[in-house]
Amino acid sequence: MIGIEHYLVVSSILFVMGVLGIFLNRKNVIIILMAIELILLAVNINLVAFSVFLGDMVGQVFAMFVLTVAAGEAAIGLAILVIYFRGRGTIAVDDINQMKG
Amino acid sequence: MNYALWFQLASPEIVLSASGLVLLLIAAWGGVQSSRLVSVLTVVALFGALALSFNFLLGDSFANGADAFYGQYRMDRFASLSKVLIFLSAIGCVIVAPKFFARDNMMRPEFPILILFASVGMGLMVSAVDLLTLYIGLELNSLAAYVLASFLRSDDRSAEAGLKYFVLGALASGILLFGMSLLYGFTGTTSFIGIQTAFADGVSTGALFGIVFVLSGLAFKISAVPFHMWTPDVYEGAPTPVTTFFATAPKVAALALTMRVAIEAFGGQQAIWQQIVIFVALASIILGAAGAIGQVNIKRLLAYSSINNVGFMLIGLACGTPEGASAMLTYLVIYVAMTLGSFICVLDLNDREGHPVEDIGKLAGLSRTRPGLAAALAIFMFSLAGIPPLFGFWGKFVVFDAAVAAGLIPLAAIGIAASVIGAFYYLKVIKVMYFDEPADVIAPSGSKARMVLVAMAALFLSPLGYFTTLALSPVTADAARALFWAA
Repeated sequence: MIGIEHYLVVSSILFVMGVLGIFLNRKNVIIILMAIELILLAVNINLVAFSVFLGDMVGQVFAMFVLTVAAGEAAIGLAILVIYFRGRGTIAVDDINQMKG
Repeated sequence: MNYALWFQLASPEIVLSASGLVLLLIAAWGGVQSSRLVSVLTVVALFGALALSFNFLLGDSFANGADAFYGQYRMDRFASLSKVLIFLSAIGCVIVAPKFFARDNMMRPEFPILILFASVGMGLMVSAVDLLTLYIGLELNSLAAYVLASFLRSDDRSAEAGLKYFVLGALASGILLFGMSLLYGFTGTTSFIGIQTAFADGVSTGALFGIVFVLSGLAFKISAVPFHMWTPDVYEGAPTPVTTFFATAPKVAALALTMRVAIEAFGGQQAIWQQIVIFVALASIILGAAGAIGQVNIKRLLAYSSINNVGFMLIGLACGTPEGASAMLTYLVIYVAMTLGSFICVLDLNDREGHPVEDIGKLAGLSRTRPGLAAALAIFMFSLAGIPPLFGFWGKFVVFDAAVAAGLIPLAAIGIAASVIGAFYYLKVIKVMYFDEPADVIAPSGSKARMVLVAMAALFLSPLGYFTTLALSPVTADAARALFWAA
């Protein structure tokens, strides 16, 4: 029998992978965008699983909102990435260092 | 169900979103030429929303606040006071922006529209009484803000600021959202009052994780230590009018949101979040002050100064009393005036070719070449440092007073000691302006609008500002009481 704790373990693993993906990745900004999606999907698993186990619809409505916002967020992120690439000609994480201090 | 009442309660946001959509059409048809018209109409719409918020703030009919949309949204004095501050700062930013962008021929009608939509999001944030409204408002504000940060498309630093802000902002939203999903799962509700009721008989481990995640996400948005690292880079890289906006309106909204979440949703479990808030407040004050020493870019300096100020405001929250919340709101009002004023001064620092000057060393002898601007900047710096005759002192005084009254004497003592460290770098700017040999880099200003705004902020922060406490104190006290209505 699969219980709520199994869902929580999966979503926590996904969440931690997402956060590590942002901080440990030194290569490519696109990977950061994927890591952000991973975090949001971890949240969605949580919301839907809780919604089913509580017998309450709010969680599923919330998950719909998160999906929609995630789409908008990805669009804006890629657009910013494109203008950044046009100016600098690179999207390597180590090169994003014009400002420091 | 009373839709007429609900729409009336949400009228500031409805006015702003409707005018935002219409203005978007005007911008689409009119192209770049319409940017002046769109800016003017945006200011008009923001003034309309400001008037509606004032109506809620000062009118008696909604003195106790009212819920709308099935407990998703509340208009009360706390929300309306925050909205007044938010809309005022947004108006200031829209007014000062066109001249800055005109130099690069980069003024676009999208700029005021993005500020308008960000303001809708911030209005929702401060009125949110449900995690869902909180999230939607926060994202509406953040998505507009990411675009604003990278608005100078041709400038590498602006694009980089946008990228950094986007990545770290999205991470913060993710952390916040994960916390909200845990809170939902372990309390079975998303409404703040429901969470408070569920917490009445203890907090489970899962919900405790939820509280920590939610507070971390919010700390990101208010740029409190240890989640402050994006602030200096984004403030430096973003175009100065946008930085002005970031340092004022979204900060007010995020701080107000943090107050409502901490006091309303987590109100019954004060002992848990109080430790976190005390740690974050002290770390922000100390690191904000220490980090600012040695900065040569004035925008970076002001970024650290805003981290430092957030720490002082969080002391008010750490008290967990209506007096503390009221002190925090008073500080917030003064903070907005100080920050708006100092950033508009920075906007006015251009060399003879019209390029912005951000290097503090180049301000040398500003008191002789531009005495008015130097005097205004000196008032803002003294005020930020909290030196007594100026109004900035009052903000720090009420916060420390509330902390002492709540028994947090060590916190107040460390805060006062750190504000002395902070005074060092504010005074350094004044020393450069008044006592160094003139570098004569800064060109005269041609903008009357900026000078009027700077003069208004300087007048409010001068010792004359103490007269406004007669009107301000009852308003902030009322707003703080509205926050504690369920306690």
